[in-house]
Amino acid sequence: MPRSLISTWPQQGLILSSGRVPSLSGVGVLGSCASVLCAMVRLPRGRSGRGVWQAPAAILSFIVFIDFHRGHIGHPNNLPRQGVLSPLKTRAWRPVLRVTSVRAGPGPCFPGLVAASFCRKFSLTSPRLAVPQRSKLMNMFSMCHVSCGKEHGSQVLESFPILCGSCRRHSASFSQESESEAKVDGETASDSESRTESAPLPVPADDTPEVLNRALSNLSSRWKNWWVRGILTLAMIAFFFIIIYLGPMVLMIIVMCVQIKCFHEIITIGYNVYHSYDLPWFRTLSWYFLLCVNYFFYGETVTDYFFTLVQREEPLRILSKYHRFISFTLYLIGFCMFVLSLVKKHYRLQFYMFGWTHVTLLIVVTQSHLVIHNLFEGMIWFIVPISCVICNDIMAYMFGFFFGRTPLIKLSPKKTWEGFIGGFFATVVFGLLLSYVMSGYRCFVCPVEYNNDTNSFTVDCEPSDLFRLQEYNIPGVIQSVIGWKTVRMYPFQIHSIALSTFASLIGPFGGFFASGFKRAFKIKDFANTIPGHGGIMDRFDCQYLMATFVNVYIASFIRGPNPSKLIQQFLTLRPDQQLHIFNTLQSHLIDKGMLTSAIEDE
Amino acid sequence: MLGLRHRGGCPGPGEVVALPPLEGEAAGGDHETESTSDKETDIDDRYGDLDSRIDSDIPEIPPSSDRTPEILKKALSGLSSRWKNWWIRGILTLTMISLFFLIIYMGSFMLMLLVLGIQVKCFHEIITIGYRVYHSYDLPWFRTLSWYFLLCVNYFFYGETVADYFATFVQREEQLQFLIRYHRFISFALYLAGFCMFVLSLVKKHCRLQFYMFAWTHVTLLIIVTQSHLVIQSLFEGMIWFLLPISSVICNDITAYLFGFFFGRTPLIKLSPKKTWEGFIGGFFSTVVFGFIAAYVLSKYQYFVCPVEYRSDVNSFVTECEPSELFQLQNYSLPPFLKAVLRQERVSLYPFQLHSIALSTFASLIGPFGGFFASGFKRAFKIKDFANTIPGHGGIMDRFDCQYLMATFVHVYIASFIRGPNPSKVLQQLLVLQPEHQLNIYKTLKIHLIEKGIL
Repeated sequence: MPRSLISTWPQQGLILSSGRVPSLSGVGVLGSCASVLCAMVRLPRGRSGRGVWQAPAAILSFIVFIDFHRGHIGHPNNLPRQGVLSPLKTRAWRPVLRVTSVRAGPGPCFPGLVAASFCRKFSLTSPRLAVPQRSKLMNMFSMCHVSCGKEHGSQVLESFPILCGSCRRHSASFSQESESEAKVDGETASDSESRTESAPLPVPADDTPEVLNRALSNLSSRWKNWWVRGILTLAMIAFFFIIIYLGPMVLMIIVMCVQIKCFHEIITIGYNVYHSYDLPWFRTLSWYFLLCVNYFFYGETVTDYFFTLVQREEPLRILSKYHRFISFTLYLIGFCMFVLSLVKKHYRLQFYMFGWTHVTLLIVVTQSHLVIHNLFEGMIWFIVPISCVICNDIMAYMFGFFFGRTPLIKLSPKKTWEGFIGGFFATVVFGLLLSYVMSGYRCFVCPVEYNNDTNSFTVDCEPSDLFRLQEYNIPGVIQSVIGWKTVRMYPFQIHSIALSTFASLIGPFGGFFASGFKRAFKIKDFANTIPGHGGIMDRFDCQYLMATFVNVYIASFIRGPNPSKLIQQFLTLRPDQQLHIFNTLQSHLIDKGMLTSAIEDE
Repeated sequence: MLGLRHRGGCPGPGEVVALPPLEGEAAGGDHETESTSDKETDIDDRYGDLDSRIDSDIPEIPPSSDRTPEILKKALSGLSSRWKNWWIRGILTLTMISLFFLIIYMGSFMLMLLVLGIQVKCFHEIITIGYRVYHSYDLPWFRTLSWYFLLCVNYFFYGETVADYFATFVQREEQLQFLIRYHRFISFALYLAGFCMFVLSLVKKHCRLQFYMFAWTHVTLLIIVTQSHLVIQSLFEGMIWFLLPISSVICNDITAYLFGFFFGRTPLIKLSPKKTWEGFIGGFFSTVVFGFIAAYVLSKYQYFVCPVEYRSDVNSFVTECEPSELFQLQNYSLPPFLKAVLRQERVSLYPFQLHSIALSTFASLIGPFGGFFASGFKRAFKIKDFANTIPGHGGIMDRFDCQYLMATFVHVYIASFIRGPNPSKVLQQLLVLQPEHQLNIYKTLKIHLIEKGIL
């Protein structure tokens, strides 16, 4: 079964994405990007010319999918709005779709799958759907069925019973299908009905798309979870690579978005816990505090790293000169608002929420600020730690999945000692390899600097000693085993061992903390942004300690203060202070015997 | 919320019993317990509390027993209770003020210790409240962890201060230098140890409470320790930056109380029924006047004006310097309408006095919000005072509630309007650089200074 699943990867990416349509469009797009990527990867291996057709088919269906997307974002019960490709136009697409599907095999039945999940989610269960719209949708389904069902009948039917089931149900032309499949269909219909009946803000249940559930129904739940997670992990990693390719500015924005999303998830939990009390101003104040703190931290970053830009622009200079004062004033306004918003009925809850907001800010915002600092220190300091944590997550999961016997901690029953240890070794090896690869590229190694002339970020420098190959003697024991005496490594690789050790030994504690938190508030995941993974916060729980560690590590072991920054500070001092410092430095250098030679040189 | 609580997981032991299945039943059940325990509690409060279980805990906090010294009680027995309170507060205020003067006289190091002592005591008071609220659940490790976190955070902040202001001392001692070099790493490792302990100490029964206490500790640390760190930093900036804000707040407290006592009619805010608009406004004007005068008096003395510096040759703190322009008399021309009133063209003032107006305005307008916050907090947990350390005043925290915003304000104010980066800090950072960097910087500086014509 797994093999057949591999062959339908692209579809599954899309199924996943389509299943998520109503709640979050971004993930859906991500999933379909992944499906396109998968199709591309499979291209060379395609049999007898089929592969050639796969990529265009995938892209085409991607377009169709996006179109659907645009039409249906919003409340689940909203009627689908008209997309660009209205059913009429889709009819025009039909021959194209058919040709591609015939040539490419079962690959391009995405539109059908999309439609199927739609059919389940909105239209067929929604009594509000008008008859003409329904018929238009039906048109779409039957078209899809033609494109995927007739040509590759049984195979697709087996994999995606729901699609054909729903088509069958609403189209007389398929009424001669067997009864057993109708039963399947009945089940799905009742499933979806019960889902729509549930509360408008359901507590995250299993949000895996129904289609995928069906497709994987032959597998045990253990394997199913494995697959869902695996596919989305790949999608996320691919996304991560694209972002890295786009450069530090985009990375910074992504960090900020992740931070805001995490804050949102945690605050939403707080809000869900307390929302029946209708606390005045609570959401507004929380977001206001987030804004203030972000203004403060991003302002600091800007003054540090965009120094030349700030010096050039007069308004910016004033903002940066009084930056702290402004941020403090902003914060004070929020504080006073909080005090004034206190009402007798809810005192204690309001204080709880105040504490909740502040602890969240402390954890999320300061950490993301540190992440950005690391990023400016050189992209390698950002990518290696993050990928170490991700690698450790995946490896621990895999090792635990295959060899897991002994439970590690009561808080997360799924974590095992085998996974922990296996993850540790795998991460160290991964960190060594990754840092070896990355140390070779200047764009990763050099600090990100703002270039005044070109008005953009540049990463170009003479790599420091840390990123130059050096000979190391291998300790005696290993020498006899390998037979080499010395090995050429980047010194950074040795640092990477420290990073990956931290990522795999202490990092999981962040995860335990998060899972303890989830248990305390009786939620399964922080949110359900990514199917199979939960919220963004679920994925980043282990990253949070890491950011501080890297920052502290760089400050303690890698470098002292930045010389160019010191000169900048020096220049802002008063002349007499400058003179004083200059004299002290001079006498210090003479004491050390370094200056006499310099004078002789002159 | 009810739904969430019902969904299994880790309920507290009392929760299952106390948890009503429906809102209507909740009202009935709660009403009974409340009418027996605390008549004064508002019916509304029942909704305001997170868990009815926690709610029922609150009255268990023992009411602060009257700890007024016996002699005072006897002496005041003839007075009405309103006047008695007045006298007790008055006498103890005077005592505290004289103690404060004594410590100022003893120098900045003692002041630093005093700030540390107050900080620890405040932390203790707040943590004790948390402990009392939750103590029946016997949370594992809770007190130990709280104090451990306090230790870590203090180690971090005081280490930073030592590195900043004792730079010469640190340069001399080899071991200290090591500690300073890896200071952040060590503090982070210490904190991490605490964090891991916390995660390992999580037990299924109490995990929500444990997270509450974790947050409680951290918010307390955030408010108290960082603030006291800022207080110490402004202390090193010159004692005047420490004394004037603090005495402004104290003055505002006292005069607002006095004005409110004598003229108070209109209540200011529901949170503190005793505060009145008259007290607020009267306090504001008298604080500005007080700050203006105090700034004039204090600016004369080098002892208060100069930054505190550690001198390694005498092994002590010295406060000697050429006072900066801020503390040298300057002539200001008066605005026309004041000219007509005072019949003077010009007046000689210390520029610092103008800054003192900003400080005292903040102390009297925004400072009380710290007090409102604290009294809201006290109401939320249904306590009268944070502790009863000082008779008539309550806990230390009750006296310092208005000071906390002030510390940050002074720090930000100094950083924004008074000075740029600290020269000694720049120098210290220069000295830890690698020799070749130092040499490079030396050359750059030399060129720069020659260009400016300073050298």
